[in-house]
Amino acid sequence: MTAPHVTLGEVLPERAVQNRLTNPGTENCSLCDPSVTLNVPLGAIGRVEKMGGASSRGENSYGLDITCKDMRNLRFALKQEGHSRRDIFDILFRYAFPLSHGLLLFAYLSQEKYEENGWSVYKPMEEFRRQGLPTDKWRITFINDNYELCDTYPTILVVPFKATEEDLRKVSTFRSRGRIPVLSWIHRENQAVICRCSQPLVGMSGKRNKDDERYLEVIREANGTAKLTIYDARPSVNAVANKATGGGYEGDDTYQNAELVFLDIHNIHVMRESLKKLKDIVYPNVEESHWLSSLESTHWLEHIKLVLSGAIQVADKISGGNSVVVHCSDGWDRTAQLTSLAMLMLDSHYRTLRGFQVLLEKEWISFGHKFASRIGHGDKNHADQDRSPIFVQFIDCVWQMTKQFPTAFEFNERLLMTILDHLFSCRFGTFLYNCESARDTNEVRSKTVSLWSLVNSDSTSYLNPFYTPESSRVLYPVASMRHLELWVTYYIRWNPRIRQQQQSPVEQRYMELLALRDEYLKKLEELQLTDSSPNSSHLSNSSASNAASPTQHINHLHTPF
Amino acid sequence: MIETFGIKLICSKNSCLSPVVCLVVSVSCRLCLVVSCRLCLSPVCLLSSVCLLLSVCLLSSVCLLSSVSVPSTGEVVFCSASTVLKYTQDDLSQRGVFGVLLCTNFRVSFVSDEAPTEEMGQLFKNKLYGENDIPLSCVDNIYGGSEDKRKLITGGLVKNKYPSKMIIHCKDLRVFQFSLSFSKEEDAKKIFQGIVHHCLEPKSLRCLFAFSYCENTSYPEAQRKKQTVMFDSVEDWTQDMKRTKGNCRVVSENSNFELSPKLPQYFIVPKNVSDEDLTKYQGKGLPMWCWSHHSGCALFKTASIPLVQEDNVPQTYMEKMLTAVAHNHLYSVKTEDLSDTLPTVQDILLSYNRFKQFFLIDNTTEFWMSDMKWFSSLDNCGWLDIIRQCLQKAVEVVESLEKENTNVLIMEEGGSDLCCVVSSLVQLMLDPYYRTLLGFQSLVQKEWVAGGHAFLDRSNHLHLKDKVESQSPVFLLFLECVWQLQQQHGPAFQFSETYLTVLSDSIHVPVFTTFLFNNDGHRDSLLRAESPHTQRSPLNCPTVWDWSVQFDCKAQDLFTNPLYTEKPKQDTSVRKSYRPRHLRQLSLPSSAFKTPPKKGFFKDEADNLKKILGVKRLSRWMLSPSSDSPQTSSSVREFYEAWQTKPLDYHGLLLPCLDGPSIRVWMQRYLRWIHDVQILGGGPVAMLSKVSEILGEVQELQRQLDRHGCTLTSNHKGARPRAKTAAAVIAARSSVRLSSSFPFVTSRNWSFKPAIPTSLLQSLMVTGMAGNLADREDDGGPESLV
Repeated sequence: MTAPHVTLGEVLPERAVQNRLTNPGTENCSLCDPSVTLNVPLGAIGRVEKMGGASSRGENSYGLDITCKDMRNLRFALKQEGHSRRDIFDILFRYAFPLSHGLLLFAYLSQEKYEENGWSVYKPMEEFRRQGLPTDKWRITFINDNYELCDTYPTILVVPFKATEEDLRKVSTFRSRGRIPVLSWIHRENQAVICRCSQPLVGMSGKRNKDDERYLEVIREANGTAKLTIYDARPSVNAVANKATGGGYEGDDTYQNAELVFLDIHNIHVMRESLKKLKDIVYPNVEESHWLSSLESTHWLEHIKLVLSGAIQVADKISGGNSVVVHCSDGWDRTAQLTSLAMLMLDSHYRTLRGFQVLLEKEWISFGHKFASRIGHGDKNHADQDRSPIFVQFIDCVWQMTKQFPTAFEFNERLLMTILDHLFSCRFGTFLYNCESARDTNEVRSKTVSLWSLVNSDSTSYLNPFYTPESSRVLYPVASMRHLELWVTYYIRWNPRIRQQQQSPVEQRYMELLALRDEYLKKLEELQLTDSSPNSSHLSNSSASNAASPTQHINHLHTPF
Repeated sequence: MIETFGIKLICSKNSCLSPVVCLVVSVSCRLCLVVSCRLCLSPVCLLSSVCLLLSVCLLSSVCLLSSVSVPSTGEVVFCSASTVLKYTQDDLSQRGVFGVLLCTNFRVSFVSDEAPTEEMGQLFKNKLYGENDIPLSCVDNIYGGSEDKRKLITGGLVKNKYPSKMIIHCKDLRVFQFSLSFSKEEDAKKIFQGIVHHCLEPKSLRCLFAFSYCENTSYPEAQRKKQTVMFDSVEDWTQDMKRTKGNCRVVSENSNFELSPKLPQYFIVPKNVSDEDLTKYQGKGLPMWCWSHHSGCALFKTASIPLVQEDNVPQTYMEKMLTAVAHNHLYSVKTEDLSDTLPTVQDILLSYNRFKQFFLIDNTTEFWMSDMKWFSSLDNCGWLDIIRQCLQKAVEVVESLEKENTNVLIMEEGGSDLCCVVSSLVQLMLDPYYRTLLGFQSLVQKEWVAGGHAFLDRSNHLHLKDKVESQSPVFLLFLECVWQLQQQHGPAFQFSETYLTVLSDSIHVPVFTTFLFNNDGHRDSLLRAESPHTQRSPLNCPTVWDWSVQFDCKAQDLFTNPLYTEKPKQDTSVRKSYRPRHLRQLSLPSSAFKTPPKKGFFKDEADNLKKILGVKRLSRWMLSPSSDSPQTSSSVREFYEAWQTKPLDYHGLLLPCLDGPSIRVWMQRYLRWIHDVQILGGGPVAMLSKVSEILGEVQELQRQLDRHGCTLTSNHKGARPRAKTAAAVIAARSSVRLSSSFPFVTSRNWSFKPAIPTSLLQSLMVTGMAGNLADREDDGGPESLV
């Protein structure tokens, strides 16, 4: 057995890896060494490549190159004698990309048990009822029960009361992939709604569809909005270009009582390239000279800004009592970002730990954000053009909001990191597949564990101690580059120079003070008790000094000056 | 009329004033307008000026009484104009409020005609000037505007001309826009010219407000003396040296500035510096002690002597001084010429001038236009990089002291700019005492005030033409560096971000002696000369540390950091027994740690001296060390990484992370006045106020326990009984929402409409760079829409 040489300072005992891999009872590819342990979920691996050949010269020129989806690149140097990397490469390749090799995703093999069943977190009917639905203007329809109206939508939809099932079918012919405008969220007081859909099939000839026009009119009338605002998430140029492929946007002349606003958010390819550039400047080393210019040239934060400011506009319209319709091309990427962020701003329920899970289940998972295609779970085709970090970008936007409003969210940064880790890990069924119909076919709910089982069984570690519930308040983040910052603890967390703090010092201090308050309260109570019975005050004094002694002990270690 | 009157008054010496007409309008006990004028003015002039003044007083007195803080005795109104429109900055609709614009010998002041909105915001009120007051030395630039054009006013005005709009940029980054087109032409002209004259034209130091303020204010001196160490006595220096266990010599030969007016009254030099050495080169080349490390080595700074080729004398002198420094501990010394490795004061000024422009916002459209290019603009102005360089240099010095236990001598021409920055940063990183509020103030006194930083020349309050070159925000640069440290290691500092921001504002309030002079000698001679009782004590002026001059106690509570916990007290016997242990704890990886050889081994010492002093160190000094900078930077990185692997001790050594993402913009100072970037109900203050709240509760509980006679040792973290902090008081009033610019701006006047970035389309970049990507469909490939 060889003890291959590794460039990153790790030593890779080959057998340990094989054990982990041939026995996928644990999902991690663990490369262990007495001093360095590297844990990489196989699901996070995006690409495995051999580097160098049997004849290549130079130190560390022969080995394996592993590109991860979570911003890491791992490079292992091996000895050239005896095809030392052949086995490990084959095994890694097979188990990192099980779907390409006719194997099951790890979520189907995992036997994990949790107290809580995360699959019960989101019940569409319950959620709509919480929002106050149905009303006299909005009804719940089961028309999509068998995914016949739209195969990428969930089964339960909320539509205008006035629209008949026949209307819905007609509208679906005019919307890309049948993704008709349906209600996502309704404002309790002013009854303004956020509807989401895909682009209208206008095409080069500028087709019109009376049913679609009437349908939007019905949405507008539902709460007496003067002018329905249609937010097209795309830059106008792209919306125009989409006409060539049969898509397009709602023209001013055809939709009389509507105004169309383009939000200038770019497509999945631009976002993919942007994150790739970001990775280049932070991994393996953080670029030192002209860091800020490099950061700007990735445009990552600029995209974040555009997404956030789009969502702010949606939220602002809604709180002003105007209903809105949001779409992009297909209504499952940018649309999901905008609606869910706007809902996060408008509805404090989504800022709780449970509520946020509901938001993700609803706007992202059930409405068919194509997780499988965007992430490429278990798929070896790393250059697939469908891959894009749209969901990562959304979580980044949420993180920016939690940064700006540190007391408004019940959950903490750890939850966001956990979500992103398991977005790739394939350990839970939550983010698998592109839409509900595919999840049904693959029996995700019965055969895999939900990520929320993990989270909710240990919810205290995902809570933000500073959380102060404030129900009636709309949260408007500031979408200025002055306030947006790179999420260092996520994107650069693999860099050894970034100090990984378990707890922020502010949080630590706060918890200390809370503990101290409790201790004092207790002591005070004791004192008040002993005060009523004299002669015992001596005793309470000694107990107080006892309590102080642990701190005293530590204190000696401080630096005297 | 008023204008010429005013100028003559203010430019003439005190002695020449001999006021004939002394009009005192005492509207209340607090408001006092004193107008004095010279004999030579004709009766007509007098009459009309009196009339004008009276009318001014009548016009403004009511408003003045009700809203303006006029605590400043000795204030004189020069000119004023009514029905001036002040634009509300965050509004493009040209709306604003009408009021009276005044120019006094202290400030430019706008008094709104509208009834002032009371309550909130009053909490953090500056007692010297209000939100619509600009101290004259705080005015940075004045622009004249007409419709769409904007022109920088540089003084030397054409008479009888004035712009319809006046824009004032302040050094504390406020922006005021006034429209003069509704005022009487005569008034408008006068107020404009008056303001330009008093804010931009050269004047004498005596004209600064401090002198008329101090003459008219009796200030209890005792109050501050017992707190901040002022370093104006032998005792202060001796005490500080004892505290750090230094072993140098206190020099008092300069107590009357006989050696040099540029040297501090008292200072400390290495033991081996002789009396004869003191008198050479007016103090240049003299190694001035800054701080001693617990290992025995120390930090010194000096003003370098320009080396002349033929003349060997200064070089010999320098070598002698170096030997003296080396003798301080272990015969080793490292020198660092900061002039070679850090930006010059001119570089600092240029960079800051570009940097500050990003925050002086005239209109929101421009602001959002610049938003997309924010990071690269920031990068290009180089300000953050200068901050990084200073911090890096300080870390290098810390490494020499802490890891190598070498004496360090830093030098530059003058020895009182970057030397002050680096030496104070080194002390902040190494010595937790300086991270307390009083410790920090003492540090500024020691290194900057006594250390002879030329505050007056660097700020150029007097607008002297020949001092334009010497202007530079060096002290602000230091505060920036401190802010970075504080940002990275919050709990290590007793003072808050707000404290630093307020301190940076105070530089431009010409009341405090701290920032008005170039050195001890300068201060001494002027305060003596200005004293009303010529033969007796010098004029007694407040220092900036007399915070009660500016803020009441409640507001001062915001200066303390709720995250800070005091270092627990320990009795000395315990401390001694723990000393070796702490040494080990502080030291870095054992391979790098040099154990100090025992005293008494003279042979070793001599060898050491030969090796270190003779060959390595000195030659480095002669060659100037800039050539090996890549090496030092990698060594600094190793030093940082070694430190980083150890558990963080907030009362021990602190090092800053210098990576790109770690050096940041001081949000509170720079963004506080920009409406569009206020996070309503958010920002770090949202969290900190919760900490303060709990801290208040804990302290209250503690008081109750104390009352029960329960002996709580101060070992408990955060247990020092203090008043409930102001932030907590505000947070408790749940109706009030704090914003990210707390406590400087309160949200009372603000709409709750979100700021929506404008002109997004124009600034979009992607079209050019990734055209084909941007044009593509989201879901390409076979399943794409047909």
